[in-house]
Amino acid sequence: MIAATTPVQRPRDARVLIVDACGRIRHSARDAFVGLLHPHDLVIANDAATLPASLHGRHAASGAGVEVRLAGRASLDAADVHRFMAVVFGAGDFRTRTEDRPLPPKLAPGDRLELGALSATVESMLDHPRLVSLHFDGQAHDIWAGLATYGRPIQYAHLLAPLALWDVWTPIAAMPVAFEPPSAGFVLDWASIAAMKRRGVAFATLTLAAGISSTGDVELDRRLPFDEPYRIPASTAAAILEARRQGGRVVAIGTTVVRALEHAAARDGVVHPGEALANQRLGPASSLRVVDAILSGTHEPDSSHYQLLRAFADAATLADASAALEASGYRTHEFGDSMFVERRNRVVRQVAA
Amino acid sequence: MTTQLNERLDGVRIAITGGTSGLGLALVAELTRRGARVAFVARTRERVDEVARAHPNTYGIVGDVASKDAIYPIALQILGGLGGLDVLVNNASSLGPVPLALLADTECEDLELALATNVLGPFRLTKALLGALAASAREGLPCRTADGAKAGSVVVNISSDAAINAYPQWGAYGASKAALRHMTRIWDEELAPQGIHFLSLDPGDMDTPLHALAVPDADPSTLKRPEAAAREIADAIAARLRDGAGSTSAKASMDKSARQVEAVGVTP
Repeated sequence: MIAATTPVQRPRDARVLIVDACGRIRHSARDAFVGLLHPHDLVIANDAATLPASLHGRHAASGAGVEVRLAGRASLDAADVHRFMAVVFGAGDFRTRTEDRPLPPKLAPGDRLELGALSATVESMLDHPRLVSLHFDGQAHDIWAGLATYGRPIQYAHLLAPLALWDVWTPIAAMPVAFEPPSAGFVLDWASIAAMKRRGVAFATLTLAAGISSTGDVELDRRLPFDEPYRIPASTAAAILEARRQGGRVVAIGTTVVRALEHAAARDGVVHPGEALANQRLGPASSLRVVDAILSGTHEPDSSHYQLLRAFADAATLADASAALEASGYRTHEFGDSMFVERRNRVVRQVAA
Repeated sequence: MTTQLNERLDGVRIAITGGTSGLGLALVAELTRRGARVAFVARTRERVDEVARAHPNTYGIVGDVASKDAIYPIALQILGGLGGLDVLVNNASSLGPVPLALLADTECEDLELALATNVLGPFRLTKALLGALAASAREGLPCRTADGAKAGSVVVNISSDAAINAYPQWGAYGASKAALRHMTRIWDEELAPQGIHFLSLDPGDMDTPLHALAVPDADPSTLKRPEAAAREIADAIAARLRDGAGSTSAKASMDKSARQVEAVGVTP
């Protein structure tokens, strides 16, 4: 696929490849995606806003330049912003592909990092020379002010110009807890939310602190996604019950929504409201208990996102979809085109077999 | 609609721009007194620190709403500081030329500053915070009042009688406030179905630094106290939150906005 190189959230020529429950493939203009929904369906999006999670600075002991990318946090609590998991790169910036970025200076617990107005201590190494637990100095207030004035959104080498926060906040972005944008949500604008309402489609949100999508380091990337805290509002849990009662489908906007909902329902099949830590991996063996369809980006077969799609469709169907994306010149990455995948219809499969 | 004076706003998350002087400062005090969790924005670090010290449970943010690049850092700190947002008060205002001038004598740059502060700033900040306001409307307030407040969030845009009447020498201010007032009505038409309600409120002629810049020789004793206007605005916010969102049609809420402009506003 072709990398989308400009940060336009809703390009007018964006497309969506549709894989229906029987594995059939078709194409549509993406701005018509509301037409894929039925009355009584419930659309659920991740309303996490994106943190300015990239901080440039220096390693105090060696004086060496570093870039810190915040990558994980144990809770969503706005007052609890002292401790982050972070990936540390050596000097350089996003114009170098992450795969080619040098290691940071050798880091050890107790090392100090000076990051603009912010300063932090390495608390522990997390079994990799790039991966640390960081503790920021100061009160929550000062940390938010430091992030706001000094942090930048995590940047991508495939984009032509640096991203600003307004490029990466979805139109529905609320609490700033994501480390990279829940980019499937770029498809939503206020007109589409109003159109859903007119069509009898319900809309709800949850918040999941979407982690980084890749580090450029093969060994670290195998550990993705990291555990991600999420919160499901009571109103969203109630909307799911209502959709079920009405015979509507639950349509997830993005992989993060699937991860949160399926984690919340893992115990008894019912989505419980509240905050928890999503730590499961979804893949071919996962049985989806909540989500009936997903609108997501177009994902390369070697990514964890693609593995998650395997919970919706079998390998042969997804291989067909990948071939169709390739053949039709779909764009990929954060600002690329989309896929709409319905969960495979097991009844049809059984009949066919 | 009946207005219950001094209605509590316990736990309601409110952000106020221009919060270190005049009406904004009075709002910080009034809303905090009623139990709200308040974040305020102003341009000067020293003033922000002073006001934050004087009002211990508030959250001060340094930033200029007239600057495009300041908007997202401000929004990030509001959301980080309050853990979400239920009410936004766009109060920061610029007079345009000081001393006031005939439009024909107004420098383009002074008109631009009035528009940046009074129209573009509120537009940009509201847009950046819309997701959080919509989430609040869907999920309901964190602390419901005794009589059970329903879901719904509120944006208050501070208006002026100069938005309606053509006062000579108030061209930059009046034109920008007229634009803000009309924008408020359109926001409300469009977003009331999502539970986000927009109010345009005219506090009247108050004894504030902005008024002193505009009319230096006014007798302060003839002017309204900003504290009195802050109480009226707090009442209007409480009433709007109490009335909730779900059942209110866009039309009904627009009429309400218009009524409240009348109730709070003082026409000279």
